Amino acid sequence: MDGAGAMNRCLLALLPMLTLGGCGGFQSPIAPAGEQASSINSLFWLTIAVCGFMYLLVLGALGLSLWRAWRRRGETAEPSINPADHGLSRTLVFWCGLILIGLTTLIVGSFLVDRTIAQARARDALEVRVTGHQWWWRIQYRDPATGGWIETANELHLPLGRTTRVSLGSADVIHSFWVPNIAQKLDLIPGRINLLDLTPTRAGWFRGQCAEFCGAQHAHMAFDVKVDTPQEFDGWLAAQARPASAPADPAASRGLAVVTGGQCAMCHAIRGTSAVGKAGPDLTHFGSRRSIAAGTLTMSRGAIQGWIAQPQALKPGTMMPPVALSPADSDAASRYLMGLR
Amino acid sequence: MIDPNARPPAPPEQLAVSWRDAPGIWGFLTTVDHKRIAARYIFTVVALMFLAGMLALDMRLQLAAPDMERMTPQLYNESFSLHGSTMLFLVSVPVMEAMGIWLVPLMLGQRALAFPRLAAFSYWLYLGGVMMLWVPHALGVTPDLGWFEYPPLSGPAYSPGHRADIWAQMITFTEVAALAASVNVVATVLKMRPPGMTLARIPIFVWAMFIASLMTIFALPAVMLVTSMLIADRMVSTQFFAAAAGGDPVLFQHLFWWFGHPEVYIIFVPAAGFVSAIVEVFSRRTLFGHVAVVLSMLAIAALAFGLWVHHMFAVGLPRLGNDFYTAASMAVALPAGVQIFCWIGTLFTGRPRFDTPLLWVVAFIVTFVIGGLSGVMAASAPLDQQLTDTYFIVAHFHYVLIGGAMFPLFGAFAYWYPKATGRMMSEFWGKLSFWLIVGGFNLGFFPMHILGLEGMPRRIYTYSEGMGWGPLNMVATIGSAIAVAGGLLFVANAFWSFYRGKLAGSDPWGGSTLEWAVPSPPPQHNFDHMPVVDSLTPLWTQKDGLAVMTGLAVDRREVLVTSVVEAEPEYRQKSPKPSIAPFFAAIAVTILFVGSIYTPWALVWGSVPVGIALTVWFWPQRERAHTGPLRVRSR
Repeated sequence: MDGAGAMNRCLLALLPMLTLGGCGGFQSPIAPAGEQASSINSLFWLTIAVCGFMYLLVLGALGLSLWRAWRRRGETAEPSINPADHGLSRTLVFWCGLILIGLTTLIVGSFLVDRTIAQARARDALEVRVTGHQWWWRIQYRDPATGGWIETANELHLPLGRTTRVSLGSADVIHSFWVPNIAQKLDLIPGRINLLDLTPTRAGWFRGQCAEFCGAQHAHMAFDVKVDTPQEFDGWLAAQARPASAPADPAASRGLAVVTGGQCAMCHAIRGTSAVGKAGPDLTHFGSRRSIAAGTLTMSRGAIQGWIAQPQALKPGTMMPPVALSPADSDAASRYLMGLR
Repeated sequence: MIDPNARPPAPPEQLAVSWRDAPGIWGFLTTVDHKRIAARYIFTVVALMFLAGMLALDMRLQLAAPDMERMTPQLYNESFSLHGSTMLFLVSVPVMEAMGIWLVPLMLGQRALAFPRLAAFSYWLYLGGVMMLWVPHALGVTPDLGWFEYPPLSGPAYSPGHRADIWAQMITFTEVAALAASVNVVATVLKMRPPGMTLARIPIFVWAMFIASLMTIFALPAVMLVTSMLIADRMVSTQFFAAAAGGDPVLFQHLFWWFGHPEVYIIFVPAAGFVSAIVEVFSRRTLFGHVAVVLSMLAIAALAFGLWVHHMFAVGLPRLGNDFYTAASMAVALPAGVQIFCWIGTLFTGRPRFDTPLLWVVAFIVTFVIGGLSGVMAASAPLDQQLTDTYFIVAHFHYVLIGGAMFPLFGAFAYWYPKATGRMMSEFWGKLSFWLIVGGFNLGFFPMHILGLEGMPRRIYTYSEGMGWGPLNMVATIGSAIAVAGGLLFVANAFWSFYRGKLAGSDPWGGSTLEWAVPSPPPQHNFDHMPVVDSLTPLWTQKDGLAVMTGLAVDRREVLVTSVVEAEPEYRQKSPKPSIAPFFAAIAVTILFVGSIYTPWALVWGSVPVGIALTVWFWPQRERAHTGPLRVRSR
């Protein structure tokens, strides 16, 4: 009836919206920029095709029976008991066959995609550790030179065309690591290590976000993802391996004193200074990052000052306590932190 | 046995006296009438749907535009937790039980359920669960971790206070109540069918309730176990889910979803029963593929227990397991597809009349199939690892739960309303609320599929403008508001029609099953005489009035017990009289459950009043079963 027709038109109208919405997306599974996401994206469209076909069949059959009913309205309402339905029974067998073919296609498709994704496990890969915290991401790269770990937070850099193997763990509750453009999501579970392979195929900025509810600020537990060319990546990693740069001017020097001498150093580490706290994100190259507080604010001096003074207003429930600084100290601290590139 | 010339004697006044409740508040507290108990369930459910619906609207307003600050994250988290827990545990499952408690005895030509006092107990305990969740909410203590509270977030370290305990114990309440209701339905269907109603002649809705009740009995112990383990972890440091002490948080997820997936079908299978019943009567022909539909329900029930892992594909389980559960989950599409075919086939070959109940069935097919197909998408392990925990899944489960269960429920409500009240619901307002709900729902929830594909995770209280999710969220909010308006109109229509509706008579739709043989609303003893059934659609095949059986006592409460397969009369069983014991037993259990979130000793001392209440309840005083002469009469 008209319900079916309206629904159908609605669906057709929404499909282009979906492609439009998806293509530009920097946090979308259907705008793939990685091998894994790309395999899954093909599976997605295969599934849409199979399911869409089945749905149109159902709507067609429903529409046809309602149309017949409408034409025959007003005829006798005497109920018919067990009418012969041989034609229908045969059609039911055919319909079951069709469903089985559709399901088999999708099951085989899923199996093949799963295997394709699994193949990356055999490759030599860059080793990265990601640990979920309420509500931010600790990220550690294996240092190719020393074999130690280079720590950063809330911003993941990946080399283009090479597989990165992320080992996922949690420091507190269950989180889920998800960079939809590049690969599927995988949970971070206390007491377990999950391995996820990411093989980016397109350079640029993407975004990841925690996908498993993890408490008050689950909504603000995101991270930026930058896919670099291999040369850019090597340069970036080398820069990350270095200790923090010395303050460039007197204001920044005052900022260094504020940051290392006050509350900040109790939770944050800045390699090369006396700040060695481990509870919060590493700030050694803080100024090189794109955002603050796990994707909550865009990086700027004003945002840094606001975050230090009023973290509970910007991200209620965050573990970061408010730090009362004089305007001059606040300005100095933000200059210093912005300079940590 | 059958004397074609005999006529049943006039209904003895005595029968009405024997089955009468005491007047006033005492009658209210002691009644064991399945119809009154079911009505209570339904009133409670409607009130809760209103409250949880308001929470939903509140959340939709918060998400309507980026960076909204009208709700704090705490309030938002409490809202979705309360909304989900209420809708799943206190609305969807209980309302299906209520429909079963109300309809099953009527469809079986019986005067009562197998265990009338157990039915009263299950309602009172369910009410205890409602209060366990909503009274603390009124006092400002609300669970805030969603409708499944995964440890360690819900463990003692990350959730101090009693929010998580309240949630866990609310589940214990509702699940004990649901088990009581399910055992009752199973026993009634197996042992209290009217003579002649062999297994092959059981009405389709009774099959659906029977299958859903069996599923309930197998599924619910898992969730009671897991929430009890959570409470033990929180109260006496058992460390079941503490990784650092050798426990495993994933164990919680396995046990929860071992219940959680069957739960979805416990809600859906009765809805499929509604749809089958409505399609048959409104198509004016016996349901095409009755056996196929029953077997499909059984297949769904069996498969339901073998695919819980599809809720956990992102946990990082072995790939072979993922492939197995992908195939198992997709397999459900086959029986579901068979059912859809049979319903459409019945419409195709029947002579449908387009009253509101049938409109709901049409909307159900159009909407539910979308939810079913998005379920097929989410069944694929690799695809699900992109879709799970996003708005795509939010859209999916609202399509299956609202489109797949609530639309048939609204249809069932409109269909059986005249039987329950004696009056018809207004068709005009019924159709208007239908279009508002169906249109608003699809407008509100279809865009969520796209939001999920644009990367919007579920359970976030806000998002920034740069994500580009604003416009579709605004559409979703507008659609939801329209649907809520439609829902309010539906309820208003039900109230208005109760006083002003057209008188219905006993059989306004030309129904096929036994409940349409009794007056509307049915008298307390339901049937003056036990009907005798010769087909699946007795009211269509016995046009000159039902054959009945006499011999049941009229001066006391007595029901007929029949054999499991052939429904041969076996003996007359005394049916319990009204009693206050179920009410007191429920209060005693409530005290035990509430106390046990504060101290483990509540389990010890709390068991004393429970023991006393049960002793009073079961004090041997009933007469034994009777085996006097039973006679079958025709007409």
